[in-house]
Amino acid sequence: MFACIHGPGAALPQIAEAFSPSFEQTTPDTVVFRIDGLKRLFGPPDEIARAIAQKAGECVNVSIAETAEAAILAARNFSGVTVAPNLNDLDVTTLPLTDELSEIFDSWGIHTLEQLAQLPETGVAERFGPAGVSLQRLARGAVDRPLKIFQPETTYDDRIQLDHPVSLLEPLLFLIARMLNDQCEKLLSHGMAANEITLRLELENKTEHVRTLRLPIPMRESKALLKLQQMDLEAHPPEAATVALSLSLKPVNPRTVQNGIFLPITPAPDKLELTLARIRGIVGENNVGVPELLNTHHPHPFRLAQRQPQVTDPLPGKIQHAFRYFRPPLAATVELQNDRPARITASGIHGKVLNASGPWRTSGDWWTPAPWNRDEWDISLSTGMYRIYREPNLRWFIEGSYD
Amino acid sequence: MNLNAALTTTLGFRSDLKTREFLPTGLAPLDAIIEGVPRGAISEIIGPVSSGRTTLIHSLLAASTSKFEICAYVDTDDSFDPVTATAAGVALSQLVWIRCGHNAGHALKAADYLLHAGGFGVVVLDLCQVPPRIANRIPISYWYRFRRAIENTPAILALVQNEPMAKSCASLMLEMRRKKTAWRGAPGFELLRGVELEALSRKPVRPATATFKAKAIS
Repeated sequence: MFACIHGPGAALPQIAEAFSPSFEQTTPDTVVFRIDGLKRLFGPPDEIARAIAQKAGECVNVSIAETAEAAILAARNFSGVTVAPNLNDLDVTTLPLTDELSEIFDSWGIHTLEQLAQLPETGVAERFGPAGVSLQRLARGAVDRPLKIFQPETTYDDRIQLDHPVSLLEPLLFLIARMLNDQCEKLLSHGMAANEITLRLELENKTEHVRTLRLPIPMRESKALLKLQQMDLEAHPPEAATVALSLSLKPVNPRTVQNGIFLPITPAPDKLELTLARIRGIVGENNVGVPELLNTHHPHPFRLAQRQPQVTDPLPGKIQHAFRYFRPPLAATVELQNDRPARITASGIHGKVLNASGPWRTSGDWWTPAPWNRDEWDISLSTGMYRIYREPNLRWFIEGSYD
Repeated sequence: MNLNAALTTTLGFRSDLKTREFLPTGLAPLDAIIEGVPRGAISEIIGPVSSGRTTLIHSLLAASTSKFEICAYVDTDDSFDPVTATAAGVALSQLVWIRCGHNAGHALKAADYLLHAGGFGVVVLDLCQVPPRIANRIPISYWYRFRRAIENTPAILALVQNEPMAKSCASLMLEMRRKKTAWRGAPGFELLRGVELEALSRKPVRPATATFKAKAIS
């Protein structure tokens, strides 16, 4: 049997929890739970209903019925305490009807649940499909479904107030490790992982040092997360000693991957993230990533995306002469002959131009603060092949070499 | 016959353990000579400017990414060009690009982390633009360490540079040369069409050279 409490008030989950550890919060003003185990404690259903009503107060409706849906219908439509209710006379509009169905039932003269329940089931199925059958079963009180158990929102936050300020990284990491271990255990027990960690350090100088790590893949291994936190704090240390710290993890569903037996082994995502974080600590945060081409005619139509590599379908390729950039481009002095480069001199590169192809005039982004406008040449020297360009101010640069 | 002899001779798998796997470069004339680039070993690609070192590396990366492997490009001098790499067939989404800002020390450390992390198909260490005075100061112990890290793994460490560095640690050394540059059109209105490149295997020594043509980007 099921009990349903319907009424205003935010305390309905707490009232339901006093009688059953598992309950369903159907809507904010309705909770329903099983009462099968309460018989020995309270007695017959009448006594159970009275106990619930006493706990819930006067402004709520309590009903007890054989099925959860019947209990919900009774609690929503009968005031006070109802045990084993008779739903036959309830108006058909108490069911979740669409406007179209409501009009059809009205035109057929179906006004009560009893009238709907007595309609031939085959005919209802033919005319209304599964939705109609479901409504009729609801009217008959024959819908016996499992409860959707209420799960309180779990937070993955922790805070430690320190007795003495901590200025060194090692003792701070010891405390962070403790918090991370607890939170990762909690994540594991709930079958979740975290994709964002926020560390908030309250400092001795009354300021806060907040660091947020956004992980490219959800993780829940405390050791890996601790290492990432350590590298982040080494790169961005707090300005003063820490007096309190709080840690917050954003829970998401863990990543699941189906590996193929014939596919090559790729780096484990958490290990790869740790490796890339270590390399970022050496070469800088913006210098590690996956190259991405941009849809532009800009001379550098690509960017470095801060994400992990992903396996994609193979691309068609051909033997393509590769290009190497000089970053920054080399300033050069170019002698012209008939408006074509004849000789070039730059740091480490000089000589007579044997062949030249150009000028290839390109420009763009004039509507932005960083426009570009230049004449490009492909040139061949006895020592190599280069791409050079001239800016509108007549300054020449070597952009790179063909290799 | 004792058990050891039976295992090593009768079953015959002992010699198979020594068989090395190769990754074809995607350049048919070169693959015909060297079989491919050996896995679990260091390979050096050397040559002067415009000799086709980077063209060969792009081809190798394309061959690796087409086998669904993740690769890494440790770019000492920020010289990598994703446009020509894509045209060569490199799947950029499978490539980790590490720009080391002209610091060879950082490049070596980054390569060390990548090789020890494992799971990569090809790790390219590009030292082409490192000045000789810095390149000559790289301790040889680095190459031993790298060789040790990748042996018995399917990873390839490809070193691209002007002169050989890894010496005895490298299992393959290819020397690249530019044979001919193809220009089309009348003088004054020329177009760069491509280049004919030549690869010579210095280690293991092969008498034949591989010649292949690379198209210029259009």
